[in-house]
Formats: sequence, C-alpha cells, structure tokens
Amino acid sequence: MTHKSEINSSRRQFLNGSAIAAGLAIAPGVMLHQVAQAKPADQAVTSDKRWGMLIDTNKCSKGCDACVRGCQTENGWGENETKSGPNQVAQWIRKVELRDTSTGFTKSLPLMCQHCEHPPCVDVCPTGASFKRADGIVLVDKHICIGCRYCMMACPYKARSFIHEDLQDQLPVAPRGKGTVESCTLCVHRVDKDGENAIPACAEACNAEGHEAFVFGDLKNPNSRISQELAKHGGTQIRADLGLNVGIRYRGI
Amino acid sequence: MKANVHFREVLNNGTGYYGLLALLGAIVLIGLGAAYFMEHNGHFVTGMNNEIVWGMPHVFAVFLIVAASGALNVASIGSVFGKSQYKPLAPLSGLLAIALLAGGLAVLVLDLGHPDRLIVAMTYYNFKSIFAWNVMLYTGFMAVVVVYLWMMMERKMNKYTKPAGFFAFIWRLALTTGTGSIFGFIVAREAYDAAIMAPMFVIMSFSFGLAAYILVLMASFKWTERELGDKILYRLKNLLGIFVGAVLYFVLAYHLTNLYAAEHHSVERFILLDGGIYTKLFWIGQILIGGLIPLAMLYHPTLGKSRAVIGWACALVILGGMAQMYVIIIGGQAFPLVLFPGMEVSSSFADGIVASYTPKLPEYLLGIGGVAIALLLVTIAVKVLRFLPESLADAIVDPHTASDAKGTAKKAA
Amino acid sequence: MAVMYNYVRSLILLAGMALLGLPLVAQSETPLPVIPEASSRFSAEQACVEPTEEMRKNHMNYILHQRDETMHKGIRTRQHSLEECINCHVPVEDKDGQPMRITNKDHFCSSCHTYAAVKVDCFQCHADRPVKTTAFHPLTSQASEKTAFHHSDAGETVSADTLEVLAEEGKLQ
Repeated sequence: MTHKSEINSSRRQFLNGSAIAAGLAIAPGVMLHQVAQAKPADQAVTSDKRWGMLIDTNKCSKGCDACVRGCQTENGWGENETKSGPNQVAQWIRKVELRDTSTGFTKSLPLMCQHCEHPPCVDVCPTGASFKRADGIVLVDKHICIGCRYCMMACPYKARSFIHEDLQDQLPVAPRGKGTVESCTLCVHRVDKDGENAIPACAEACNAEGHEAFVFGDLKNPNSRISQELAKHGGTQIRADLGLNVGIRYRGI
Repeated sequence: MKANVHFREVLNNGTGYYGLLALLGAIVLIGLGAAYFMEHNGHFVTGMNNEIVWGMPHVFAVFLIVAASGALNVASIGSVFGKSQYKPLAPLSGLLAIALLAGGLAVLVLDLGHPDRLIVAMTYYNFKSIFAWNVMLYTGFMAVVVVYLWMMMERKMNKYTKPAGFFAFIWRLALTTGTGSIFGFIVAREAYDAAIMAPMFVIMSFSFGLAAYILVLMASFKWTERELGDKILYRLKNLLGIFVGAVLYFVLAYHLTNLYAAEHHSVERFILLDGGIYTKLFWIGQILIGGLIPLAMLYHPTLGKSRAVIGWACALVILGGMAQMYVIIIGGQAFPLVLFPGMEVSSSFADGIVASYTPKLPEYLLGIGGVAIALLLVTIAVKVLRFLPESLADAIVDPHTASDAKGTAKKAA
Repeated sequence: MAVMYNYVRSLILLAGMALLGLPLVAQSETPLPVIPEASSRFSAEQACVEPTEEMRKNHMNYILHQRDETMHKGIRTRQHSLEECINCHVPVEDKDGQPMRITNKDHFCSSCHTYAAVKVDCFQCHADRPVKTTAFHPLTSQASEKTAFHHSDAGETVSADTLEVLAEEGKLQ
C-alpha cells in the first residue's frame, strides 16, 4: 500500500529528530540510567511488569495532605469544578483518619484506586471502558465511557469520581470531561515515560515534605525496592477478604 | 363450549381520550426537558453525587423494568400454565410489559452521563458485565414479547402461542434475575452481595407488575365502558395478595440471614433501626403501606370485594414497591463502605458517615416522565390495535360456571 | 468491536451527509472555511505530520488510532497525538490575547467542522487550546516551572527497533 509507505517515510523523518534528541540526552551520562529503564515511547506496555505502591502509614502524618494536593496539581482535578457540590467534586485520592474503637490507636493514610488484579469496576463495566492495562494499571477509557456509574457502585474503595459539570483547559496528561468516570491513574503518563524510575505525583509531594511514605515500583521484579521491602516487612491489603489482590499495599495498619 | 372473546380497539374519540393523551404527552415532554436540563448542565444539578451515584431516576427505572417483566405474568399464566380464563387478558399483559420496559429504559438511558453514546453501549461489549447482559436481555425481551403478541393476535399464528409464551416466560425470568443481579453481584457493599437478590427481584416483579396490570385493566375498562366481571377481577386480586405475601417472605428471609451474621449487624441496624429516612421508608413504606395494609385490604371478606378498595390496594403495592426500591438502591449506597473493620474512620470524602442524598426536582420529573412514557404507549396502542377484549363479563371469562348465562354471553359478544 | 463501531458510525454519517450535505452542495454559496495557519512545520518538505491532503481527509483515523494505542497500550509517540495537533494549530489568539476556544468558529477545528456540520467530540475531555503546564520532573530537569504554553518536548525515547532503522539509514552515528 502506497499509503502505508508514505506514513513510514514521514515517521522516519520524525523519528530522526527524536533519536538525535535522545542521543543528546544520553550524552551527559546522568540520563543513561533512565533511558535503559524506561519503556520506549513507541512500544506497548506488557505484563512483564506490574506496577504498585507500598505506603508506610507509620511515616504518614495526620493532617498532612501533601499527596492529595500533589495529585491535584499534577492531574488538574478538584480546583476547576466550581459548580459541583462537596461530594460531587472529584476525589482521586483522599486522606482517611482511622481510630481503633477498642484501643484508641489512631492512624492516617492516603486512599486511592487500589489497582486491583481482579478489579470489580472492570468486571461490571458494560462497554469495557473500565479496563486494566497489561502492566496492572486500572484506567477508564473515557472515549467509550457512557457514564452509567456501575463501576462506582462496584468499587469497594469509593475510589472513583463522576464528573458532574463541563470542564475547560484540562491538563494534557489527564484528559477528563463531563459525564464520564475517572480515578487515580497511578500517574500513568509518568510511568510510561520513566518506567521503574517514575515517581507518581503523590509520592513526589510526600517526598518533598520529607515523609517518604510511598514506594513505587514493579511488583513482579524481585529486585525492585518495593518487592524487597514487601519481602522484608510485608504489607497489608485493604479488604484483602475480597481477594482482589490489590497493587497498593500498606504497612502499619 | 368455549365462548368467543372478541377484541376491539378503543373507539373513544371524545375529550376524555385525547385529554388523557395530551396529559401524558405533556408529562413526557416535561420529563424529556428535565433530562435535557441534567445532560446540558451535568449532574451537578441533581442530588446525586460520588457517594449516591444512582438516585431517584434509578428508583423509577428499576421499578419500571421490574414491573415490566411482572406485567407479562398474566399472559404467561394463560399460555404457559394453560389457565384459559387468563387468555383474554394476555394481549394487554404483553403490551403493558413492553410499555413499562420502554419507560424504564428511557429513564435509565437519559440519566447516563453520555446518553449520546448509546451507540457505544451497543457496539462495545464487555461480556463479563451483568449490565451488558442486561442490555441484551432488555432489548431481547422487547423482541420476544412482540413475537409473542403477534402469535396471540394473528389468528393464523395462534398455534404457536404456547411455545412463544413459554419462551417469553423463561426470558422474563432471566431478565429479572439479571436486574436483581445488578445488585446481587456487588461484592463491595454490605447491603447487596446476596444471591437472594435475584429471586427476590423476580417475586417483586410478580407483585409490582400485577398491581400495575390490574390498575391499567380497571382504568381502561372503566373509561371505555367495557364490562369487567367480578370473577376475573377477584382472581387477579387474590393472586396479587399471594405475591405481596411472597415479597414479604423474601424480605424476611433476606434480613434474617443478615441478622444472623455479626458482620452484617451494622447494616441491618441501619436499615431496620436507626437509618432515619431509610428506616421509615422500610417500615412504613415498604412493610406497612406496600405489604400489610394491601394484604388486609385484598383479603378482607367485604372490603376486598369493593373495586375502589382493590384499586387502592394496587396503588399501595406500587407505592410500597417504590419505597422498597428506594431502600434497596439509595439505602444500600448510603450505608458507608466498611474498609477498616473495627476502626472509626473519617475523611474529607465522608468516609464512615452515612451519605446524604436529597433528590432534586429534575430527577423526579425524569422518573415520572418514564411512567408517563409507559402509559402513553399503552394509551396509543389500545387505540390502534385490538388489545382489549370487548367484555370480560363473568359469563364470557368462565362459561363453565356460568353455563346458564351462555345465551346472554353470546349476545353480549 | 471498534471496527463495527466505525462501520455503524460511518453509515450514520453517510446518511447524515445525504440528508444535510446535499442541500449545502446544491446551494454552493456557502463560503469555504478559512483555515488558520499552523505555528510550525513538521519538516522542510512537509507541512503537517502527514501530507496535508491526507490529513484533511483522514485526520480522524490517525487520531482515533493514536487514542486507542495511547489509552490501552501506553504508546505515547507524539506524531499523531491530539495534544500536538492543538499545540501547533490552535495558538492563534483572539481579541483578548487568549488562544481560541472550540466555541469560536475561527478555531482551527471548528472552522472546518462547522462547514462540514460534523460534531467534534474531543473537547469535552481534552483541552481545546494549548494548556499551561507546571512541570516538575526531577529526573529530566531541575524542579522548574514551564510557564510558557506547553509545546512538544523532543526528549522522547525510542525503541531499539527504531534505532536500528535509523542506523541502517546511516543517520545515527
């Protein structure tokens, strides 16, 4: 097909520029590590990896919501929903305070989409808009979301939000619009760019506060920091009884 | 010898018929306007939020869909279970089933975040989703009942009525099982995640559907001045009583099972004792108004023979059914998710507290619009096609017990 | 399924064109759309990411393809990304010195889409104009605030396959 060869030739032209830029990026040496780890932009994600996070609630402090604000800034939710009521505004991530009624023991932790291996939201979605990527990240394909909200009924973590009003000037990394459902993407745009070295916005903001409660990484790679920490100290799944095998693990609860 | 039952389209041309048509049409238009208002602005204009994601429109929609499958029962009793007295009632039964389903689906679709993407819902399927199965069950139900009606109403096809009726009966059981499973399959929420949801919805459909059927039957016969004999009406109202009792039994079984398990104590306490509006709706709406009072009315030795009382009993069953839907759908969402058993939780997103929900006007209007769509369809259909028997006088319905009246019956026919 | 969806959609579009388009053609007085110029060229030889005629006819297919690739497979090449379309084609400012919105009929997308009477469904979710981004990326740069309108960064990494292709052509030493 001539049509195809046209595409290929122009693609090559385009890639020339990119490759030279990549070459330049390799040059300073500092970047080499990143290039070696990250997935190339033109390759699909695979099930060789499963992304997850470990959250050490012992390092999480009560009243601190840096992770929530970090997520808001990165993905642009919450601020521009001016017409929505308090429980209508998006909540990709929230801080939850716990108190054991029998002992008085308290805890504070961030809660977001748990990126289940067997996500109920994916099972119930009639169109397949709610889906799990090969690398374990659970997303909503808003192009085919019809806004039925069954996934929100099915999610055990109340991790999903429905957009209740028209939006403008959404951030390119997180397109979002009226009448569709959304949730934490595990900062998938950063993961696609930086792979193992990615730091989701919540974790980045937590680090900036000096708490360092989050560890992001590949649960399938036994040498990743997250796998090693889990092997050493273990981690709890919220509502492990449901057998969803979540990607977000907690320590200290 | 069997008396012939004649069917005749509605011949009324007076202000009564067109007035009814105009009234229903106006309500439908208001409902569509409400839907447009919600879709244009976004759902912030409704009381629904990220905690109560399904609201008043879904109460109406699920009620109508459940009642739709139940409305077909009258026809099934005739052709599947061979009760010949029910056969003259069958065409209206099929018609009402289609109309109620259309009304319910309209509400469901118009409440979507993206009703404009209906074509996506029909071209992208996730076969693991009970919702996707339901899309097929609902559209299939319409087609199956249309074929069933055709077999019934076209003389040449009459011989296929029984298999078509049997197929429609199986399909309607599947449909209500599917609707109940929308809730039964939700593992996350305390009030759902129970296998009994599916059979309970089937029984609810028997009850709500029959109540709607009796009301439509009585109204259409009265307004078109046709004779509705006591025999058939008492038969129907006694059957309704059995269904109302069966619903109460299923509700009892559901709550007893939950009360036995300590993990469900808090949700039971919420619905049965201190859930505010949900507790009131449960005891006063669902149990008293929708169950015990109509039961007493229907089985009362003297009152139970009054048409007004029968009519009111049907209305109460419908009201109670709406209350039951509200308790199931809204109450089930309002009860907080238990993420950390044994812990007290609080957050910026109402964790650990009962979600609040105040339905807004457009939600009511959309729901009522759905009811009006169903009734409008029936009103138009009985005028253009022969759904209604000319008479359901005792002698025609049951000629064996009224053999001495055979002569008069023939004259009447 | 996507194929079926496209098929059904094109049928509907065809029907719509038959109904709406014919009278327009017949009238022939409808002024042709004035298409705003892009802010840069793809290469010396080529104005857009594909030949202009091809883009005019088939841009939606490229965008649709890229949409599914990015969404489901995480493929984030920039050549056919909608973000880059917007960055390059929409910077034209209107009276208030702001980039145009899709509601403005001189907006790059709406100029043609209004003419062809085809609804654009992109901008309920995607920004209809270049968006200011606050980039904070410790690995690629110091924590820096890019206050300028975001344009494509060329620092995208490519696969070994692609590098091989480039090496074959002797373009990469």
